Amino acid sequence: MNALSDQLLVLCLLLNFAVLGTSRLAFSVRAVALQGVLLGVLPALIHPFSWHLALIVVGIIVAKGALIPILIMRAIRKAEIEREFQPFIGYIPSLVLGALFTSLAFIFAARLPLAPEHEGLLFVPASMATLMCGFLILMGRRKAISQVIGYLLMENGIFIFGLLLADAMPVMVEAGMLLDLLVGIFVMGIVINHISREFSSVDTSRLSALREE
Amino acid sequence: MMWAIVLLPLLGALIAWLVPDNRKRTFLLPLFAAAHLAMTVLVLVRTEPPSPEGWIYLDALGKLSLLSNSILFLVCATYAVGYLNYRRLRSNRVLCTALLVCLSAMTLVTISQHLGLLWIALEATTLTMAPLIYFNHNARSIEATWKYLLICSVGIAIALLGLFFLAYSTIVAQQEVTLLLGSLIEDAPRLHEGWRHAAFIFLLVGFGSKIGLAPLHTWKPDAYGEAPGLVGALLAGGLVNCGLLSLLRVYQIAVASTEGALFQEVLLGMGLVSMAFAAVFMAKQSDFKRMLAYSSVEHVGIIAVALGLGKAALFGALLHMVNNALTKGVLFLSCGNIHRAYGSKSTQFVRGALRRTPWSGALLLAAFLAATGSPPFGPFVSEFLIVNSAFVEGNYWSGGLFLLFLALIFIGMASTVLPVVMGKIPRDIDKTPYRDTVHTVLPPLFLMGLVLLLGLWIPMPLHTLLLEAAGQLGGGK
Repeated sequence: MNALSDQLLVLCLLLNFAVLGTSRLAFSVRAVALQGVLLGVLPALIHPFSWHLALIVVGIIVAKGALIPILIMRAIRKAEIEREFQPFIGYIPSLVLGALFTSLAFIFAARLPLAPEHEGLLFVPASMATLMCGFLILMGRRKAISQVIGYLLMENGIFIFGLLLADAMPVMVEAGMLLDLLVGIFVMGIVINHISREFSSVDTSRLSALREE
Repeated sequence: MMWAIVLLPLLGALIAWLVPDNRKRTFLLPLFAAAHLAMTVLVLVRTEPPSPEGWIYLDALGKLSLLSNSILFLVCATYAVGYLNYRRLRSNRVLCTALLVCLSAMTLVTISQHLGLLWIALEATTLTMAPLIYFNHNARSIEATWKYLLICSVGIAIALLGLFFLAYSTIVAQQEVTLLLGSLIEDAPRLHEGWRHAAFIFLLVGFGSKIGLAPLHTWKPDAYGEAPGLVGALLAGGLVNCGLLSLLRVYQIAVASTEGALFQEVLLGMGLVSMAFAAVFMAKQSDFKRMLAYSSVEHVGIIAVALGLGKAALFGALLHMVNNALTKGVLFLSCGNIHRAYGSKSTQFVRGALRRTPWSGALLLAAFLAATGSPPFGPFVSEFLIVNSAFVEGNYWSGGLFLLFLALIFIGMASTVLPVVMGKIPRDIDKTPYRDTVHTVLPPLFLMGLVLLLGLWIPMPLHTLLLEAAGQLGGGK
């Protein structure tokens, strides 16, 4: 089982690079959605079956794999944009930095004092690498939609770490977190829609009216 | 009863969403706020036992923040009726609904003893505030909303990672995995050191960006500047209190562990840096609502300094938390009125408010004196307690810097506020229909009365509550 979960995590890491290297927003959204589905399957592999678990798995797959991508896709359609344009950090540098962060995450995680049952698993390095890639997208892109995608990657990274703690997280707390994420993306979608109407663009570098004089 | 106090505002939100009439809907706000305050007093008087799993319990710290939030919300809700009367053309459905949902989430923050639940509620308060900041639907407010939403969401996400680290430190230490506050405090010294350390840092950064501790405050001037006055009051009084309470929960665990001293030092440093930032940016602000944001950064800094000093200063920190919430209410509501009367918030055009809107002008002046720590108002007492404890404990440098920054901030804020209040009304400004009315003046006036009262006399039950809460943080007299 652990071998399978490690393979899924490697797939998650590859999806990070897919997002880092593309300018097509719809493709990024699909990659993050696929990552979300993989993360939904993971708990089923590492924990014994229970109804509590089944509920979480279904909830995660529906929220991260269907609802959130639909919300973002709708924002993309309304704003009528397809691609990121002239990012602050280019695609090739992003990929290089992503590779650097991923390898650093592996080196760092190997030195961390983990519980004996988690030694040698990919959860911790995958979590940190995904978190850093999310940060990279958040900082390096101009379009508001790209920034939301970066935020989602970050959330996924944190979520991977949370998988180690399923016992501490009662089902209500998990559900609440998913709901918060869902509402957050919903609100962001609406704000993006208004940004594109107000500025005829979703380029966040145009949001620069407010500053100290 | 505990669940009822969370569900009641939600019920109000549902009704507010369904009521079709724009004017009638606004009356739901004070109605539900008053009911909420009544229930708050009830749960404060008869302490209820913790829920079976220990998730829900209103301890002294929670009581303090619930009380100040409930009072502030009632005042803002009453003010909202008068305010929304001026904005009849704009639908207030989203505003009323989001306000009530936010009240519910703020209440849940105060009664959670499970840190996961606390996090969910705190994130909910962040999200419900976004549409409120965007109430004016213009280019500037959307920019503020986007910055607020992104920075706070990322900050809160980092806090979640911190919580996960904290839970993981229990696993590595072979303790039972839990995020219940009571067990974490009990197990604090036995938790794995490295993970616990990382957890404290992430939690400090996460909750620090939520309360706007420098250098994580960059969203504050934009959001406070563009939000309507009553939303600003709730952000600076209510949400800051919720964020602070979350930070205090971490503080409780840190003090119980061996790392209390380090955590306190970091808080002391960040607090002083916040005050320094405020001192620099407060002077010569050309936008008086943005200035209020820096005043908020200052007061969060003061509280952080007091938490950093510990011991007797903790009483001052908690008292200041209440004082700050009430004073910020007056500042934002009176500034909102002046903004409305002049149709501008640039200090270039807004002058002589004392003549144009005598009540709001006078309130702003009084609140300015209170916020800068002048006697006989509440913040003077709490700031004095903090400085006093700094010198008694021999922290001469911290105490000295604290006083220096307070003096600089007084001068800076005076240079902005005094012309606005006292100056000569410019000739070529637009006429607006706004005049001070009972609806828009009485709520901040009532708050100002409370601020004055807290400066002269602290009621015995509040005093006991403050002592008990300070005891929870490891302090006491």
